[in-house]
Amino acid sequence: MNIEEYKDVWVFIEQQEGQIIDVGLELLGAGRELADKLEVNLCGVLLGNQVKDSASELYAYGADIVYVIDDPILEQYRTETYMKAVGDLVRKYKPEIFVYGATSNGKDLASAVATEVMTGLTADTTMLDVNLEKRLFEASRPAFGGNIMATILCKKHRPQMATVRPKVMKKPEPEQGRTGKIIEESISLKEEDLRTKVLEIVRDTQKAVNLEDADVIVAAGKGIKDEKGFAMVKELADVLNASVGASRDLVEAGLCGHDHQVGQTGLTVTPKIYFAIGISGAVQHVVGMQNSDMIIAINNDPDATIFNASHYGIVADAFEIVPMLTEEFRKALKGVEVEGVTSDV
Amino acid sequence: MNILVCIKQVPDTKIIKVNPKTNTLDRSSAPAILNPYDAHAVQEAVRLRGEHGGKVIVLSMGPPTARMAIRKCVEIGADEGYLISDRRFAGADTLATSYALYKAIEKLQKQEGIDLVLCGKHAIDGDTGQTGPGIARRLEIPPITNVIKVDEINTESGEMKVRRKIENGYEVIKTTIPSLLTVEKEMNEVAYSPMPNMMRAARYEPTVWTVDDLDDVDIKQLGLKGSPTIVGRMWPPEKSSGAEMIEGTTKEQVDRLLSVTLEKRELFGVKGGGKA
Ligand SMILES: Cc1cc2nc3c(=O)[nH]c(=O)nc-3n(C[C@H](O)[C@H](O)[C@H](O)COP(=O)(O)OP(=O)(O)OC[C@H]3O[C@@H](n4cnc5c(N)ncnc54)[C@H](O)[C@@H]3O)c2cc1C
Ligand SMILES: Nc1ncnc2c1ncn2[C@@H]1O[C@H](COP(=O)(O)O)[C@@H](O)[C@H]1O
Repeated sequence: MNIEEYKDVWVFIEQQEGQIIDVGLELLGAGRELADKLEVNLCGVLLGNQVKDSASELYAYGADIVYVIDDPILEQYRTETYMKAVGDLVRKYKPEIFVYGATSNGKDLASAVATEVMTGLTADTTMLDVNLEKRLFEASRPAFGGNIMATILCKKHRPQMATVRPKVMKKPEPEQGRTGKIIEESISLKEEDLRTKVLEIVRDTQKAVNLEDADVIVAAGKGIKDEKGFAMVKELADVLNASVGASRDLVEAGLCGHDHQVGQTGLTVTPKIYFAIGISGAVQHVVGMQNSDMIIAINNDPDATIFNASHYGIVADAFEIVPMLTEEFRKALKGVEVEGVTSDV
Repeated sequence: MNILVCIKQVPDTKIIKVNPKTNTLDRSSAPAILNPYDAHAVQEAVRLRGEHGGKVIVLSMGPPTARMAIRKCVEIGADEGYLISDRRFAGADTLATSYALYKAIEKLQKQEGIDLVLCGKHAIDGDTGQTGPGIARRLEIPPITNVIKVDEINTESGEMKVRRKIENGYEVIKTTIPSLLTVEKEMNEVAYSPMPNMMRAARYEPTVWTVDDLDDVDIKQLGLKGSPTIVGRMWPPEKSSGAEMIEGTTKEQVDRLLSVTLEKRELFGVKGGGKA
């Protein structure tokens, strides 16, 4: 492999039912910075059925070139077809860096492509940079077990690939009038030769928790101990019309579902106010909430690391202070009650 | 139908400690366990064996102590266990791991015939979830990741139907036998092990293979040498300036907290940030 032949920064643009989802745009923002430092093009990779028209939207978010493969066979994501299509593009156009959103499909695709083209892939990164001197991509992520970040390098293989969780990077403001070019490619697979087929997609539109859009999140950790403690936190959330978040340890203790989990292996959230109650502040939790506007931590351990990531800290026993807070908020917010809204966390 | 499950022994990451001086993991501080997702995969394999017959074979790459994780799988109901263990496998990233496991599966395929491969959704030590799709690519069989349910297996037509979890719902996918599935926790509950399994597991010795026991191995693709990714730098995450600590009696703390948050009282109007 002659690594000098590899240039440009690529971003996989994921779409759902033809709609481009945000994570790809967020990554165009991050990718633009990398491409500028390296003085190369930023390219989007857009696959699907009748998606070609959306390609030009990507210029406003920073793309110089959009590689498009538009074919009915790509209507739904399938590893077999997408891996083949993306693998062919990589072999033909040789990107230096290639990033994907760490969604179900993005992770699946990146893993398959890494093996298809035999290169390195770093999962769930939270920081991207380049070392210009060595011309290396630096993809960093929390490493296992606790308070450590690690930078992963891929020195001898190209492209250098990484997945990035949704919401970790900021979606750029679109720059109207910016233009670029489309390069269209085709795919040579036939439906009869394929081994998999998506028969049905069932979307759970009635998703009870919508943490990613919440303005206020009241999150609880192992410190609230049991059902009773969790009920106490839910009551506070109710009064604040907030959504309920949780640490992984609370989810694993069976006190609430995984769809409440905030952090590296849960959701990344950016509310206006984030209450962290009885959460120690492990880096895997913090990466999921550190971009919230105001973070308030309540913990009975004055040395808890959560205080480093917070704007306001209270050293107190949750079992004492939370019921009082709930009561005081209830009184103070009486006038704010909005008609017709019932809370149902 | 013979089912092969790839299983990994991992440190219990809930307990593992970091040495603050060297920023490295103190592995001795954490007990080693069977990766929880892999336990669900073995459980599913045992259930499918109940319906379709055949054998459940588990395969792991790791140090000799990984025998314990294989015994745990025998407790859940696995029939046979293989451990590939050799210094030349050490230091593997997901690309090199999938190569080594693929080479072992290829040998087992010749020896026993394999109809289905299961992996965990991810291993809790690295959380990558990259190994399963990598193995599938090498075996040239379809990978279906994040599976929450096997709806149907038709051994006659050689087809199966599974549900794959996606961001806000699931897909129903038809695939062929063999395929490789990666398993989510929702797949099943890991049952209490029956007494005879426990007794068998206690004495069970898995077959251990070194690199030399595998056929046509390209040594350059194994272990550290075969791993394109390397760890560059480790550092403790940047500490922000830290919180303004709200001191005083509980009552005083509550009052102060109310005053800082109620400046934004409009936020507490409607859940989910929508409009009323
Ligand atoms: C690969 C990997 C991925 C992970 N992904 C995630 C993730 O996505 N999200 C996540 O959250 N975690 C994740 N973790 C786990 C993470 O490392 C921590 O183990 C977890 O966040 C700790 O949860 P906790 O803070 O609730 O529990 P603990 O660490 O047990 O902390 C409980 C806290 O409560 C405080 N407390 C106790 N009693 C009281 C009281 N009466 N009043 C007030 N405070 C009290 C304690 O002082 C302590 O600080 C991951 C770990 C790994 C290895
Ligand atoms: N060393 C290993 N031995 C056996 N199986 C493994 C190994 N590493 C990963 N796996 C399998 O691949 C899955 C995903 O692991 P990972 O890609 O490391 O997150 C695990 O749940 C296992 O099923």
